[in-house]
Amino acid sequence: MSYFRAENLALHFGGLKAVDAVSFAVEKGEILSIIGPNGAGKSSIFNLISRIYSPTSGKIFFEDQDITEQPPYAIARLGIARTFQNIELFENATVLSNLLVGRHRHSTTQLWQELLFLPSVRANEKAHRRRVEQVIEFLDLEPYRDKLISGLPYGVRKVIELARALSSEPKLILLDEPSSGLNVEETDDMSFWIRDMRTELGITVLMVEHDMSLVNRVSDRVIALNSGRVLAMGPPAEVQQHPDVVAAYLGA
Amino acid sequence: MRFLFKTDYEDDIRLFPHSGYFVSYGILFALLLTAPYVLSSYLMSQLVFVCIYATVGVALLILTGFTGQASLGHAAFLAIGAYTAAYLQQFDVPFPVYFLAAGLLTGVVGALVGFPALRLQGIYLVIATISFAFIVEEILARWESVTHGNEGMRVKTLYLFGTAVSRDSPAFYFLCLAVLVLTIVGALNLLRSPTGRAFVAIRDSETAARSMGINVSLYKVKSFAISAAITGLAGCLFAHKLSFISPEMFTLQLSIEFIIVILIGGTFSLHGAVLGAIFIVMIDPFLTYLKDDMPGLIAGMAATMGAGSERAAHIQDSVAAFASLNGLKGAIYGIIIVLFVLFEPLGLYGRWLKIKLYFQLFPLYKRATFKRQKIYVKSERNR
Repeated sequence: MSYFRAENLALHFGGLKAVDAVSFAVEKGEILSIIGPNGAGKSSIFNLISRIYSPTSGKIFFEDQDITEQPPYAIARLGIARTFQNIELFENATVLSNLLVGRHRHSTTQLWQELLFLPSVRANEKAHRRRVEQVIEFLDLEPYRDKLISGLPYGVRKVIELARALSSEPKLILLDEPSSGLNVEETDDMSFWIRDMRTELGITVLMVEHDMSLVNRVSDRVIALNSGRVLAMGPPAEVQQHPDVVAAYLGA
Repeated sequence: MRFLFKTDYEDDIRLFPHSGYFVSYGILFALLLTAPYVLSSYLMSQLVFVCIYATVGVALLILTGFTGQASLGHAAFLAIGAYTAAYLQQFDVPFPVYFLAAGLLTGVVGALVGFPALRLQGIYLVIATISFAFIVEEILARWESVTHGNEGMRVKTLYLFGTAVSRDSPAFYFLCLAVLVLTIVGALNLLRSPTGRAFVAIRDSETAARSMGINVSLYKVKSFAISAAITGLAGCLFAHKLSFISPEMFTLQLSIEFIIVILIGGTFSLHGAVLGAIFIVMIDPFLTYLKDDMPGLIAGMAATMGAGSERAAHIQDSVAAFASLNGLKGAIYGIIIVLFVLFEPLGLYGRWLKIKLYFQLFPLYKRATFKRQKIYVKSERNR
């Protein structure tokens, strides 16, 4: 059985088939990229997995558990974290508290304990902070700890969003265009981090990406989508040569 | 300027980041403790109202400032707390019991209001809370067997541990102050723990909050319940301070006053609730002063500028008529809100921070420090 599996996933908005009978599987420890032209349904698949949308039909399995009917917040608790295409950070909070929100799925304290800030809450806070510090070190975010998000440049925000997802110690991470809006150097860093996430932290990566050089460098397998359907699936080089994929991008 | 050298995670958790805070808050606390023996009884009475308004302000800040859910229904929560206290008092229930009962019942009502609010955002939520406030006002006026309707209810003197605590006594002031301080400490504790961060996360991006494993509905209801419960506790004290309550005291205008408390104080910090409460309580005597003295003042000015005595008398009459117009107070509140939103969106506490930074950085202060930054496009379609 595969680690993560989507079966005949479909999302229709009226007559528009954003995602149409898409099936794929992700193996544990794999880096799988989804490519495709604009409007191919890449982000929609992510939104289906994180349950922002409910699928019209089809099923999603994670660790052999059907997660199609889970509420959105339960997805994160299962160990699936994600980033957003347009960056969804908590603007008016510090970097540190953004990352600590990532720890939410591990928090065990009760409301009344928090009101009194009992020693158990304090100990928990420190434990969370320790984990967050590891992520900060992993992604070189030390200079920004106490900065408000609203004052930070785009490239840094992108990394912070990744950091927030990593703070939750996910098993599977969904990266929605991790390199969009980044310069060449930042994209290089991103590719190293994505590979390190797999090798050092043992996280399985599913990502949507347009930058083909990044896709080639990091992915084990690639899925090409167009108009909500899978065109090709396989190693990066193979998929890029596939006649349907070439046609979809260049318009045959 | 002081630079903090952090060596422990504790440095980011503690409420007072450095020893300077102990000095300034120590002085403030000493002043507050000696106040009843220094200030006139009128000012003491105002100070009690500041404590009660600030308590409600903290409650509203938790809901509106930190969870991002606007409410114009807090006068109704205050009313429920006040009436619960007054009702239970008839059966000789001791103060601690009906005080907590007021908070508990209002908290439950707050949670119930929170449920329909889950599907509403922004202006629609405001309208829903206004309608809730009107419903409560009507119920109070008509459920005569419990609330005595428009006749109102008399609130008996407070008995704490067998001793009478009159509403004008220093002891009552200390009680209100203690409730305020405990509320603030509780709120601060909440805000530095996972629940508080979940509130802020919901305020800034519900989509991201959900994808981080926050049960948004649950936390919104929690926020409503906590906010309402604190307001209910304040309502109990409010009833004792007024010693008489009736439905027309808990109108929309009172809810708007609470919104002014946090808008003018500053919605990003609990300091705002206290500063805003001082502002709103002090503006009332100021308006009365203007009403009483303004006509004479303007007439006097007119006379010195060469107006005849008849003309001056006419001016005095018309100014006096204007100053006693119905709804003038509401209009002034409206103007104050507009001016603050336009020119000082960070409120009084924001102004205080700016002044502080100006002196810390002197002469290098940059006005752009507090300029609102460009906000990047958010995934609106994911809402």
